[in-house]
Amino acid sequence: MWAFINKLRSPKWFYAISARLQPFFWVAATALILVGSVWGLAFAPADYQQGNSFRIIYVHVPSAFLAQSIFVSMAVAGLVYMVWKIKIADMAAAMMAPLGAAMTFVSLFSGAVWGVPTWGTWWMWDARLTSMLILLFLYLGVIALRGAFSSRDSASRAASVLAMVGVINIPIIKYSVDWWYTLHQPATFTITGRVAMPTEMWVPLLLMVLGFYSFFIALTLMRTRSEILRRESNKRWVRDLALEER
Amino acid sequence: MPNTESLSPATEGRTSARGAREPAGGLAVALWATLRRDLVLLMRRRSEVLNPLVFFALVITLFPIGISPDPDLLATIAPGLLWVAALLAALLSLDSLFRGDFDDGSLEQLLLTPQPLPMLGLAKVAVHWLLTGLPLALMAPVLGIMLSLPAGSYLVLAVSLALGTASLSLIGAIGAALTVGLSRGGVLLSLLVLPLYIPVLIFGAGAVQAAILGDGALAHLAILGALLALALMLAPWAIAASLRISING
Amino acid sequence: MTLSLQARKLACERDDRWLFEDLDLDIQAGEIVRIEGPNGSGKTTLLKILSGQLADYQGELFWNGLPMRESRQAFLESLLYLGHAPGVKAALTPQENLAWYQALAGDSGSEAARLTSLASVGLAGFEDVPAGQLSAGQQRRVALARLELTPRPLWVLDEPFTAIDRDGVEALEERLIEHARAGGCVLVTTHHPLRQTDELRRVSLGGGGQRHAEH
Repeated sequence: MWAFINKLRSPKWFYAISARLQPFFWVAATALILVGSVWGLAFAPADYQQGNSFRIIYVHVPSAFLAQSIFVSMAVAGLVYMVWKIKIADMAAAMMAPLGAAMTFVSLFSGAVWGVPTWGTWWMWDARLTSMLILLFLYLGVIALRGAFSSRDSASRAASVLAMVGVINIPIIKYSVDWWYTLHQPATFTITGRVAMPTEMWVPLLLMVLGFYSFFIALTLMRTRSEILRRESNKRWVRDLALEER
Repeated sequence: MPNTESLSPATEGRTSARGAREPAGGLAVALWATLRRDLVLLMRRRSEVLNPLVFFALVITLFPIGISPDPDLLATIAPGLLWVAALLAALLSLDSLFRGDFDDGSLEQLLLTPQPLPMLGLAKVAVHWLLTGLPLALMAPVLGIMLSLPAGSYLVLAVSLALGTASLSLIGAIGAALTVGLSRGGVLLSLLVLPLYIPVLIFGAGAVQAAILGDGALAHLAILGALLALALMLAPWAIAASLRISING
Repeated sequence: MTLSLQARKLACERDDRWLFEDLDLDIQAGEIVRIEGPNGSGKTTLLKILSGQLADYQGELFWNGLPMRESRQAFLESLLYLGHAPGVKAALTPQENLAWYQALAGDSGSEAARLTSLASVGLAGFEDVPAGQLSAGQQRRVALARLELTPRPLWVLDEPFTAIDRDGVEALEERLIEHARAGGCVLVTTHHPLRQTDELRRVSLGGGGQRHAEH
């Protein structure tokens, strides 16, 4: 464990190891998303109540999962950075934030589109959508805070603290919004309210979720790699690398 | 160095004397002095205390003008309006919580005292609540009358605001500590802090509404209390960590 | 117990720039250590590290032979740091300002001590004037009064002579030497030429500003 943490201190080691890991995740992401979406969109049976419009869950659910997981990963990376001063963790956290915000937006947008045939309107203050909207604001806060500092070290630390504060608050926000929603509105349709889903429906959903996660890992590895090169551009190993490429 | 010993025993004597005098005594003195200092500072610049209250009243005035003076309509939205306006008023004064100390170097000194920083931060937050949250809570019933808030909910309104604004001050202080080193921190501060305020808003406004419906206000207040306990436990550490980051910005 | 502050292989990187590397320092009782170097060479940063404000450094610090992590409380109880900003509240009187600092040291403090220390920096008669009405030099003197008010063996002073008039500078310089002779210890940065005495030692920070290649 300790040896692993020490290795993580070296951006050079991470740069090398991630080069080998990255292709697997890209292949997995492409295959899973391809199979999952074809299966889900073309072969899974239509929902007996909602018809074909339910199929948007194959985008909505994975992106919502990812949106929440990325925030947690960001907070964990922030903790690792603060405790062990591992810069890779901070670089990864910085690279994750925009993707997390994008995923939150995708899940909000797909939820809104789903709302048109179901509720007859683009927006309902549904508990899940409301929580997602708040999550989007949390992401925007972290991104804005990181951008506001002139010193990168301070920016990293401040963003880490805010991500940790945010992650403690996410469950509180989620439960309070659920409570608020049940008080104000009797539950009608919710986008993922279904309890039992037939196998033909949830297997492609599972594939899509796994595919989205692979995509997240692959993209984060790729972006962290380029961030390493950017931040370490004045180190000798990066210069040597650039000379080799030439 | 012949004189070396002349100072050290004295220093040791002083330290051990303090140690013998109950270690918490020193902390209590420091906390009390910080509380008193911040109270005195704010009382000497009274406008800073009054501004959020005037803002609160002004925002409440805007709604009947913007929506409708119809008492029935106002009564239905009054709990939420009062809570949102109070929340914004409390937010307004947050930016100055640490900024004065940051600008004149007192914050550096606060970080270098042998006292625990989370406790000292808590003392500053307590002053913020005493001079912002508490007055807002006391003033809210008056504005409630103007919004034809149904009878029987006034006490709950004041209590929920008193409890809730304490949480708001604690959570907001984290944001204030994170942005104190930034010259244009004001708007950013609201962006960071407002999403975190939502649970407090839900249960605060919920308490007033429950009181109007005649049921369940206590449950809401209990949850507000629980949120406050959680914030009291965690926020001081986050405030201290954020202040240390900002001082090195 | 003599006091000692040691730094071993101290290095500080800020935003990918090494301010200093491999810095070894031994600061003993009875010394005035002047940190020198051009602007941007990391003097203030070094003082902040040595006064325990910045935890963002490589290498190790020892206070009285113990690693700083373990002796932080004892260290802070021996330290008096004065930074660029005087830390004086404009809306409070010098007396009230000092009372707060006394209390922060955990000491309820006597008025007599405050008056004596204010008199020692030439502010007798200004005790109850709001500090905002004092000049910059007088505000700095209020901060300097803390040297008398709270006896601490280690003084870390960042540009303490700023805004002080000539007599004040001389008195302060005398005071530093006296403190060192009494077994205290002073760490100072200043552009003011200090009188060469046995106690004075210089530590130079390199050119600074160079981008580092590999570490």
